[in-house]
Amino acid sequence: MDGTVTTAQKKLLGIAAALAAAGVVIGFYVADVLMSGPQAYRPPVGAAKTVELTLETVAAAGPTLAANPDWVSYFVRDASGRWRHTTVWSVPAHALVHVTVYQFDGASGLRNPFMARVRGTVGNVMQVDGKTLDVINPDDASHTFAVPALGLVVPLLAVPDDAKNQCGFGPCPLSTAHRTITFSFRTPGPGRYRWQCFVPCAAGFLAGFGGPMQTLGYMDGFLDVS
Amino acid sequence: MRRLGHAGRIGVAWLVSSAVGMTLVAVYLAPYLPPGTASKEADGQRFDNEVLTLVCIPIVALVLVYFAYVLIVFRARGDRTAEGPPIRGNVRVQTAWIAGTTVTVLFLAAFGTYELLGGAGGGQGANPVFVPSASAATDPPLQVQVIGQQWQFTYRYPSEGGFESAELVLPVGREIELHVTSLDVIHSFWAPSLGVKADANPGVDNVAYVTPTRVGRFALRCAELCGLFHGYMFDTGRVLTAGAFAAWVARERAFVAPVTRYLPPYATTYLPEPAFRAG
Amino acid sequence: MSAVRRLLGFNLLTGIVLGVGGLYLGWYGGHWLVDGLGAKSLGYFGDTDQNDVSLFLAYIVGVIGFLVGLGFANYPLARLRGYPPSLREKEGDGIGRYFGLSTDHKVVGMQYFVGIGLFFFIAGLNAMLIRFELLRPQPNVWPAGNYLTLVTEHGTMMMGMMTSGILGPFANYLLPLMIGARRMAFPRIEALTFWLLMAAGAILLSGWFFGGIPTGWTGYEPLNDQANLGMDAYIMFFALVGLSMTLLGLNMLATVITMRAPGMTWTRLPVFVWGVISTAILMVLAAPVLIGVLTMAGLDRTVQTGYFVPAQGGSGYLFEDLFWFFGHPEVYILALPGFGIVLELMAVFARKPVWGYRLAVAGMLGVTLLSFTVWQHHLFVSGINADLRPFYMLSTELISIPTGFIFVCAMGTLWRGRITYSVPMLFCLAWVFNFLFGGLTGIFNSDTPSDVTTHGSFFTMAHFHYTIMGGLIFTFFAAIYYWLPKMSGYMLNERLGKIHFWTMFVAFNATFGPLFALGFEGMPRRVVTYPSSLQGLNDFVSASAFVLGLSMLVFLVNLVYSQLFAKVPAGANPWGSKSLEFQLPSPVPVHDFDRIPEIVGDPYGYGVPGSAVARPVPLPAGAGGQP
Repeated sequence: MDGTVTTAQKKLLGIAAALAAAGVVIGFYVADVLMSGPQAYRPPVGAAKTVELTLETVAAAGPTLAANPDWVSYFVRDASGRWRHTTVWSVPAHALVHVTVYQFDGASGLRNPFMARVRGTVGNVMQVDGKTLDVINPDDASHTFAVPALGLVVPLLAVPDDAKNQCGFGPCPLSTAHRTITFSFRTPGPGRYRWQCFVPCAAGFLAGFGGPMQTLGYMDGFLDVS
Repeated sequence: MRRLGHAGRIGVAWLVSSAVGMTLVAVYLAPYLPPGTASKEADGQRFDNEVLTLVCIPIVALVLVYFAYVLIVFRARGDRTAEGPPIRGNVRVQTAWIAGTTVTVLFLAAFGTYELLGGAGGGQGANPVFVPSASAATDPPLQVQVIGQQWQFTYRYPSEGGFESAELVLPVGREIELHVTSLDVIHSFWAPSLGVKADANPGVDNVAYVTPTRVGRFALRCAELCGLFHGYMFDTGRVLTAGAFAAWVARERAFVAPVTRYLPPYATTYLPEPAFRAG
Repeated sequence: MSAVRRLLGFNLLTGIVLGVGGLYLGWYGGHWLVDGLGAKSLGYFGDTDQNDVSLFLAYIVGVIGFLVGLGFANYPLARLRGYPPSLREKEGDGIGRYFGLSTDHKVVGMQYFVGIGLFFFIAGLNAMLIRFELLRPQPNVWPAGNYLTLVTEHGTMMMGMMTSGILGPFANYLLPLMIGARRMAFPRIEALTFWLLMAAGAILLSGWFFGGIPTGWTGYEPLNDQANLGMDAYIMFFALVGLSMTLLGLNMLATVITMRAPGMTWTRLPVFVWGVISTAILMVLAAPVLIGVLTMAGLDRTVQTGYFVPAQGGSGYLFEDLFWFFGHPEVYILALPGFGIVLELMAVFARKPVWGYRLAVAGMLGVTLLSFTVWQHHLFVSGINADLRPFYMLSTELISIPTGFIFVCAMGTLWRGRITYSVPMLFCLAWVFNFLFGGLTGIFNSDTPSDVTTHGSFFTMAHFHYTIMGGLIFTFFAAIYYWLPKMSGYMLNERLGKIHFWTMFVAFNATFGPLFALGFEGMPRRVVTYPSSLQGLNDFVSASAFVLGLSMLVFLVNLVYSQLFAKVPAGANPWGSKSLEFQLPSPVPVHDFDRIPEIVGDPYGYGVPGSAVARPVPLPAGAGGQP
């Protein structure tokens, strides 16, 4: 074939180049969509490798921070006191994590009552509004914080149905009705451990486990231990 | 001796390669075939895999040897458009092929059924037909219920007071009757080295038998896509000696005692609230 | 005509405009139904703030708008108004005819080729992204829900699109030519099957924007019911694909039964046509079951019927049974056209008739018949009645007998032949190798005790990738290299073709071979974590998968270069085939045959001097073929 390139071929090459450029742009956009997820939050590490983690669980995430305002959700409080909508938390390995959960939601009840036993924390107990408990009534569970790979299960007691001044939309202020639950656990070696809630609290979904219960950022997340 | 024709040469090559392959497999590979020998059922499945592999070797050898020979010897030389002989079939070869494949297939089906008889077949539903030969009267199997939920397995021991545990611990040498069920969607309980796989269906009791023969740890995973954290639904179980198992039962019962009174009475299936839509 | 004038009218652009309009109409209509009519208070639609009714209506009205915009409503409306039945004239030139409703089976074939190729590459890209995630035992790239959606999109798009992968492009183009007809029996339905598939593909991709799809391509209940809005995209996709498949199979069967040229008896049909016939029978009988089961799943998600919800009296087993009653014939729909292609091409490249023609046909029809009796082997450890298992073990193993017929016929065809190693022939030989291992590992899966380990593991994945990709996709490429010169008039470059073949063959085996070991080591399907001891094997597999992806790029370069730049004329019969389609010029003229030929023999008259499939058909003067 001769060496000259016809105008038709030049047009084709031009189209091919434009398509390739469009493909690259689309590729970047697609990768961005694919990799979207909650950003990791690293709470500050205190003396003797202890970490303070402050969380809250709310009945509806609210429009200010979440894409699905009607969904139940966890929030984490950062060092400046603001609530952040992420469930991916980075903690150091072999550290003692001291967790405080402000629980604002009503009861949904555990599907498997076995999860009402506190496991995996220091002493296998938790403090609820000052009282030390090792188990709660499964029907009074609102959420759980569980890291199955670490054997950690903490059932979170619900706000009573007739409590005054219940919080409507998150992030909820401490002036509304809530329970204060604290516990501590030790992190193992480095790894990425998923944590989840075991209470079927996703309203409207089959078995209460769809929607927020199957979406990162609401009732599921990761503990990045490094 | 007459010189071998094409068919003869192929036949000899096939026989030799089959014999070599089958010997190598039987001697070197067979003891390590999955799923291994950590339980009686797994060993039965391992033997089954061994027989299947041995049957497949001559088939593979036949096809590969034949094609290797034919692709070299009957290559077109010279005029590429020249045509070959108009051979449209050979009744004897076709009949022999049909007969050979039918016999092989029927043998494999019969052998597989025979292997099933010892309970080596994973989950059998609520009315198991193939049970291990250990008699139920003198040495009843230990019943252990495997509860699948999103996204963790928990286990109940009805004969030990019905307590529930997040850890699967089994006594060695004893026949275990696993009752696998689910609380929400379809999961599948798979312990690869024990040779057990049984789907966990909501509202269904799926029975599988296993008799562990070795003390140690075993991996267990969920093998049916069950949602977001399906890939994280795995754990490690333990097989202990009878004494250690009894000690573990006592310890675990005491540990979970605060919550055992809240558990529903032991049943082969559960449909807890919310059964369908929550909220 | 000015460009604007040409754009106005019933074509793809109008279709997209009306389709998008339909989407909005359906979406807001659904919201009005649920919120405005107060149906929410009836408890039907739940309160998840995920309005499945809206999305389904959006999809349905959107597809209707799309089809109306393309012009599919014109003929039915005309007939309703009393116009007599008529055939549209086939359009002869211009690239515009590819962007709308065409009644020319050749145009539909090319449309299928490009459309299915596009979705094949998108799904293949998804596979590359999956393997990228599996490079490390702990997930670190795609967040958990996105990974599952990747897995689902890959599997669903491949299964939905590639079922028509050979029948769509090649049977549509070639079936009339092989039997001596000028058209398919139902040209408008032929075009409909294509555009339904394209709409379906777009709908499946939209699942990403509605919360993803977490169930894998099998869509098991009750997880199906629990999933986010994106699940509706999956349901709609497969329902449309099922419809497209049913109509495609129907068209093929009607064409072969009624439109054969005089003298074309059943025993003179090319063996590829028999592959098409057996595939079409399966499509017509199995695809409607898919539409049915997905309708039930859709009703469960919208009006909250309880087909598959145990607490409402339903059962997950019902879904599994109905799905696999379709799903198992589905995989034979994928495999059977490949059988036909391999035997067809081996005859040409060994310069000999197909050995054991009747045995091969019996094999294909035997597979078709038996494929309806085996589906419970997907449920061996699911808790089905244990008495059923030996029967299904036997029936599944029996299928390997007719499948073996194809092997012996291929072997016999090469016996004492004069074999040339063209690129299509290389792909057919690779089929033999791949399907051998794919089929034999199927024996492991069909044996119940062995299935306890292999079910739901990477072993099963490797098995079906060997049979589907190693079987269907390799023969897909064989068909492209063999028949594209006939369709476009230009040969594909042989050197690039051989590079494509060898890279693809080696990379394919390097990718899927180790997966058998991974499955035996206890790695289940669709998981994003695995024990770190398996990382070496996984990394090897991922690297090989990337090379496999690159081999597809080699093919694309070959396609673009040879068809748009090098343009080496193919002539009427570049392979010396005696089949009827190669007695026509390349590319085939719009009217196909000048005169319908009279068939005097089958297309395998090699070795008999002067044999031909038809009385010589004089080529029109000045046609592009060689004398």
